Amino acid sequence: MTVDSTGGTTGGGPPAPGSQWYDADAGPLVRPYAMTGGRTRPGPSNVRFDLIALVVVDDDPPGPDEEAVLGPEHRALLSLCRAETQSVAELAADADLPVGVVRVLLGDLLESGFVRVSRPVPPAQLPDERILREVIDGLRAL
Amino acid sequence: MAYERSDSPGADGGDALALKILVAGGFGVGKTTLVGAVSEIRPLRTEERLSRAGELVDDTGGVDRKTTTTVAMDFGRITIRAGLSLYLFGTPGQDRFWFLWDELSQGALGAVVLADTRRLEDCFPAVDYFEHRKIPFVVAVNCFEGARSYGARDVSRALDLDRGTPVVLCDARDRDSGKEVLIRVVEHAGRMHTARLLDTVG
Repeated sequence: MTVDSTGGTTGGGPPAPGSQWYDADAGPLVRPYAMTGGRTRPGPSNVRFDLIALVVVDDDPPGPDEEAVLGPEHRALLSLCRAETQSVAELAADADLPVGVVRVLLGDLLESGFVRVSRPVPPAQLPDERILREVIDGLRAL
Repeated sequence: MAYERSDSPGADGGDALALKILVAGGFGVGKTTLVGAVSEIRPLRTEERLSRAGELVDDTGGVDRKTTTTVAMDFGRITIRAGLSLYLFGTPGQDRFWFLWDELSQGALGAVVLADTRRLEDCFPAVDYFEHRKIPFVVAVNCFEGARSYGARDVSRALDLDRGTPVVLCDARDRDSGKEVLIRVVEHAGRMHTARLLDTVG
């Protein structure tokens, strides 16, 4: 979580500026938002995917030709979704991509019809008593 | 809303329901431990890289002035049944990531504030945060070995909690103990929701 700014120095006074970052410490070789073509928000539909929004593969996805033009990260996300319905947070962790990047990529997949994304129930409508009861019973039974 | 496809359990995300509970508290109080103890998946850490708006993006004067920061959040999942899952998010401990809390807390069912009686003040910010936003929370006192034990009422008074905010003693390493904490959160969220409904009618 925190970057060890002293990493790579072995005594001998303060390190010269810029000398203390090696390999992975220096950050990813490909800057994360390069994968999205510099976009930091999902496309025109402008959906903001919640961390627990669930992503499902669309029942009627575009053909293999359209899939072939997707980038490797898009395809990686797609195959994760195919394996299991997953939340945005899980996808980000499994694909090892920042959540912000995953949101943009999912926006692309949504627009081109590869996936569907469930919107989390707004909190005002949320705790339906029956569901809460079910959650409590489910937790007890674990 | 209520239908469920029987052929593929949980596969139909369109109608699946995901609930979110936050786990907050000071640094090193046991948030990751608690999430790990109750989650059915290994604790995943999701990272969000953040661009700091307003900082000079092209500043190459020194790498210590990084324009992106990596924040790790722990999270876990508990599947209640096909199509109903509970997600747990450990909130980032450092103060400078407060703005992430707003995103995390949106739509949250409730929260756990983990506390250590040896440094109770560490959980003040979390208590304030949830109180101000009217997010139902329980305070779970992680009973560390070697820490003097206090009763729930002492902790409640020391934190100046609103009446009705539950305080539970727990062992964050223990699965059953963690489950009990989550049950209290869900119960409390249900009570607060009912009270709010009554308010709007009355």
